Amino acid sequence: MARTETCGHNGGVDPARKRKLRFVIALSCALLLASALIYTSFSASSEARTPSQLAAAAKPGRVYELTGKVQPGSISSRGTTHRFRVRDREGHVSIPVSYTGALPDPFRDGREIVVDVRKRGATFVGERDTLVTKCPSKFTAEKKT
Amino acid sequence: MLSLGSGCLVLALGVALYGIAASLYGARGRAGAGSRAWVDSGRRAVYATAGVVLVAFGVLEAAFLRSDFALSVVADHSSTTTPTFYRATAVWSSQEGSLLLWVVLLGLWSSLMLFLTRRRAREVAPYATAVLLGFAVFFLSLLVFLENPFDRAQTVVAEGAGLNPLLRHPSMMIHPPMLYSGYTLFAVPFAFAVGALITRRLDAEWIRLTRPFTLAAWFFLGCGILLGARWSYTELGWGGYWAWDPVENASLMPWLIGTAFLHSVMIQEKRGMLKIWNVSLVLATGVLAILGTFLVRSGILNSIHAFGASTLGVPFLILIGAMIAGSVALVLSRASDLRSDARLDSLLSREAVFLLNNLVLVGLCFVIFWGTFFPLISEAVTGNEASVGPPWFDRYIVPLSLILVLLSGIGPVVAWRRATAANLRRNLARPGAVGVLALVVLLLAGVSGSVGALLMFALAAFVFAAVGQELWRGVRARRAMSSDSVPRALVSLVQRNRRRYGGYLVHVGVAVLFAGVAASSAFQDARDVQLQVGQSAKVGGYDLTYVRPTSKLEAASNGRLEKIDLGAVMRVSRGGKQVGTLRTERSFFPSADPTLGPVSRFFEGEATSEVGLRAGLRRDVWSAISPSVRDLRKQVAEGDRVFNGAKALPPVQRDIALAEALSGLTRSYTVNPPAATFRLIVSPLVSWIWIGALIVFAGGLIALWPPLRRAPRPVAARYAARVARELGRA
Repeated sequence: MARTETCGHNGGVDPARKRKLRFVIALSCALLLASALIYTSFSASSEARTPSQLAAAAKPGRVYELTGKVQPGSISSRGTTHRFRVRDREGHVSIPVSYTGALPDPFRDGREIVVDVRKRGATFVGERDTLVTKCPSKFTAEKKT
Repeated sequence: MLSLGSGCLVLALGVALYGIAASLYGARGRAGAGSRAWVDSGRRAVYATAGVVLVAFGVLEAAFLRSDFALSVVADHSSTTTPTFYRATAVWSSQEGSLLLWVVLLGLWSSLMLFLTRRRAREVAPYATAVLLGFAVFFLSLLVFLENPFDRAQTVVAEGAGLNPLLRHPSMMIHPPMLYSGYTLFAVPFAFAVGALITRRLDAEWIRLTRPFTLAAWFFLGCGILLGARWSYTELGWGGYWAWDPVENASLMPWLIGTAFLHSVMIQEKRGMLKIWNVSLVLATGVLAILGTFLVRSGILNSIHAFGASTLGVPFLILIGAMIAGSVALVLSRASDLRSDARLDSLLSREAVFLLNNLVLVGLCFVIFWGTFFPLISEAVTGNEASVGPPWFDRYIVPLSLILVLLSGIGPVVAWRRATAANLRRNLARPGAVGVLALVVLLLAGVSGSVGALLMFALAAFVFAAVGQELWRGVRARRAMSSDSVPRALVSLVQRNRRRYGGYLVHVGVAVLFAGVAASSAFQDARDVQLQVGQSAKVGGYDLTYVRPTSKLEAASNGRLEKIDLGAVMRVSRGGKQVGTLRTERSFFPSADPTLGPVSRFFEGEATSEVGLRAGLRRDVWSAISPSVRDLRKQVAEGDRVFNGAKALPPVQRDIALAEALSGLTRSYTVNPPAATFRLIVSPLVSWIWIGALIVFAGGLIALWPPLRRAPRPVAARYAARVARELGRA
């Protein structure tokens, strides 16, 4: 009896019901994927922190996205390991960073950088290939007044 | 001349405002019989706007070529030592110049579209004209009131800052006009979609009219993205071609949605379906194109391209908000007119595959959008700014890309409306077997380590086989009607249906490109090492030996020193046999900082990498050097002291002495070379990324090329019978 109710005149499933079913399945898939996307983005993200925030409260082992300026005169290199200090964009608090690997071309004193770091002892160790130095002249200058 | 430039911008703004008023007045028909004249006048205002902004652009271009430092934009982005080609292209390295380029390209493309359609789409075109001029008014207002490229410098300097050395790369100079052409061309279908919605002329006419422009936008934006990737690979010194940077993502999002539209629009043209979806895709592409421009200009997100604060964020947000609100309101109010003429007959049909392809492309765009804007989303939700990195993007992009490549193989072989199981078996059996065979061969050959990469190779083989099978069947059918040779029949086949076969070529290119990406991502070997002269490093089965250091001074055409190059010659060996030589160097450009010493300023300015690359079809061997200039510091400081004490010297003699001193410094570097740091990479199949992209664009050009206009020839009955027999056998 139930079978008769769900079938159309040609013996197949009612087209309207079929469409509704497809829509519900598609919507469920989309919702599932969107939930996964949202969950993983929050769990896999690294929090952006300034040097003063990290100097005040950084948990060892946790990855942070450090944003600041390279303190002039602080860069030293030994082999492929580079040590420098990063200070707040506005302010004077700075923290020591150790980074192993190739430095981006625009990297130098005073440049704005973003790098993923983990606290290890008193130093913040940069994650490989995460150091980004901002291109200094491309569409960046705030209008001089 | 500078007043002429400023005047042109104001005049263009006035003309564009008039054009909007004339178009809308004419479209509403209030002027009765004269309405047509108002509409024509509005269209001519677009031509006039384009002409006037082109003059303004010419004035700015001339100022750059003349090194007219009376203009602050020239002083900040060019110099007399900048080579002429880069002086000409430095215009769009500035905020102001790039905005002017945007409006110039918008004017030119809009003029072309409106000229070609001047006798068609009479109801839709006036509103499209008003929308296109609305964009022009927005950008011209920014140029006149916020970022005027003709602002005079407060003090005229003798020498400009020069073009950022990182941008001194031919592809980087062509990249922005390509991207802007893509963005501005996407404004054309957006404007016509708005016009079609307002006038409720929602048949496929506006789609047919704008299709070449949508395809051209897709083509130019794709070329721009490719050039950016190539520049990143060969110029940035990190060895990658894609970093999921917000600005990269900003250009990819409209391209993905544009690709989805180019597929789904075929369903509307053939079956009258997906009208609401298609119009939403076009409107979304237009919004995303402006969003891309906004991301670069505003500095709202951390990006290698945009970092500093900008005054343009708020105006762009207002424009984007208005575009989204207007689009949603229009689509909702016209929902009843956007009902499909037909319904999906079966999930086993080309329509269903196209729909799935659309969902994957939109899914890719959504993932990229979410990841790109996550710092803002996170801050809004948790109060903390956080970001996601490449591993997060890869987690979603890799499976979606695999599905996309699979669909690009299935799409061409599935029938419209409803495919039978037997039909599917017949069309998919051979390509499927080729894909499985490829996988087995790769496993037997010992290729392992990345399931995603292996699946991608197998799917690429599946796509080649599917498209090859379709081409072969088409050629056989043509030969059944004529006695043409196979190559001639192939050319004739493609000529007669450029859109279809151009599209198939695009699918092949996409498969090649993704195979290159999969191989180079999964099987790359990269090392950062410090080497003394004579020392070697082993990377990806190759021995790379630092043979000798190199150095040279490069002067500009006016005789002034442009840069110092310090580099290395490397020997590439495999199994003890030398297979090539790499030359990599780092160029040091002088700083414009007046507080630096005459010698030290050459080591404190910008530096760029010149990559040593041995590209091959199987693998690339890539190297970049970071020479240590620490040992030269003492000599540099001594040079500064000597030249600061020799200020009385005439400038010419001082320049000669400085060149000799720098020459001595570089000689000292090559005589006693310190250990240098190298990034060494061996990456398989990278060349196939560029080859795949070229195939994609070749396919795009074939699809874009206007069809041949020839009188249809009646097919004789016996030929028709032969075709039927051949197809039956296939």
